[in-house]
Amino acid sequence: MEKLLGTDTVKRGMAQMQKGGVIMDVINAEQAKIAEAAGAVAVMALERVPSDIRAAGGVARMADPRIVEEVLNAVSIPVMAKARIGHIVEARILESMGVDYIDESEVLTPADEEYHLLKSDFTVPFVCGCRDLGEAARRIGEGASMLRTKGEPGTGNIVEAVRHMRKVLSQIRKVSVMSDDELMTEAKILGAPYEILREIKRTGKLPVVNFAAGGIATPADAALMMELGADGVFVGSGIFKSENPEKFATAIVQATTYYTDYELIGRLSKELGSAMKGIDISKLAPSERMQERGW
Amino acid sequence: MITIGVLGLQGAVEEHLNQIKAAGEQAIIVKKPEQLKEIDGLIIPGGESTTMRKLMDRYGFMEPIKTFFELKKPVFGTCAGMVLAAKKLTGDEEAYLGLMDISVKRNGFGRQRDSFEAQLSIKGMEEPFTTVFIRAPFAEEIGEDVEVLALYEDHVVAARQEHVLVSAFHPELTGDNRFIQLFIEMVKESISKVEVKMC
Repeated sequence: MEKLLGTDTVKRGMAQMQKGGVIMDVINAEQAKIAEAAGAVAVMALERVPSDIRAAGGVARMADPRIVEEVLNAVSIPVMAKARIGHIVEARILESMGVDYIDESEVLTPADEEYHLLKSDFTVPFVCGCRDLGEAARRIGEGASMLRTKGEPGTGNIVEAVRHMRKVLSQIRKVSVMSDDELMTEAKILGAPYEILREIKRTGKLPVVNFAAGGIATPADAALMMELGADGVFVGSGIFKSENPEKFATAIVQATTYYTDYELIGRLSKELGSAMKGIDISKLAPSERMQERGW
Repeated sequence: MITIGVLGLQGAVEEHLNQIKAAGEQAIIVKKPEQLKEIDGLIIPGGESTTMRKLMDRYGFMEPIKTFFELKKPVFGTCAGMVLAAKKLTGDEEAYLGLMDISVKRNGFGRQRDSFEAQLSIKGMEEPFTTVFIRAPFAEEIGEDVEVLALYEDHVVAARQEHVLVSAFHPELTGDNRFIQLFIEMVKESISKVEVKMC
């Protein structure tokens, strides 16, 4: 009875258990408990939510381990945390603390502008952002066990998440019907590892779960992403930047479970107060767009 | 053909549906309590037990599932489903559905970094089964009427009591359909018992 830790099945399986759920950004134990009570499937422990990272400027790093520890002790649902792109040691610290999933995230300031983490080296599973199938396949190639759209974090604007989800899914459809002899050139064009692209072509889907993230600010936004084919949603600034976080979080969970029950979503949306104030993407200079980070 | 429902509030729903369909039976996603009337057996899938419990409360599933179970219709709980099916939970946490006479320790094997795969022999199955444990629970105490199907490091990780089946691991994440076959047999058995009574 040999015990195998950190296998692909175990790492990808963990994300499969999160499907149909909402993962919420929290900055302390109190928020984590609110998220858990609202029905979140996991919380993402961080020092500042993306909209505050945007406002504060400067270098955004892994959360203070005290915050991560506080959140780990506060809830029984899984706890995720963010490490900077390419920051091996931040990721190892989070792994050693017993974090259940690490987000190698463009929301933080990258530590490496050329290479991502070799995620297959770790026992802890990783989630990474992607904007298209090439990026998705590269991250899977490095060992990511879960994907999410990058969207544009901290904007409360869903447009980029929609763009990224649609792009990935339409590229999968295209690859699925391609003839075998066209695949290598497609891999070259997409910048995707050939073997992974071949698997995607054979099965017609990604080998890992793909959530929506980056700009979800209302229950209707969450339902939209589910309708477009997301396996679940991450909500960052949306919840704790809204007028009534408890109500808001509960409504987002319900809208994600029953994403085609429009009457319900309408009813949920009526009593929420105002959502976070959004940002028009065209007003963001390219250097301010977090989605450009990652290679 | 029998119809098996998979509780579809959250978790690995699709994986179970695919296995049921591959075994040649009908599968539906149960999102509303009234759908329990349409099915012969219910699977409570893996997912986050804390979350699923809250959603079951919010959407009024608790009593209808208990009634479904009292009608002798089989229930299969994997991982989170096992936690929800237990009569007792270790610690001060209150049990939920109370379908099986076991005391379950949630995340008994630890957090995600302790999640693992192992080859396990299962009672009634000739070849070992590839078992996938993810933040998995185990049963610490079992009642007299509970039949232990598998142990890992002396912990009960699969069991059956009359028409309820539980596993701490995820048979739906493997290509092996022997566990779902076992449940399908239980469902067929329960239908034939009802038919005998009606004659």
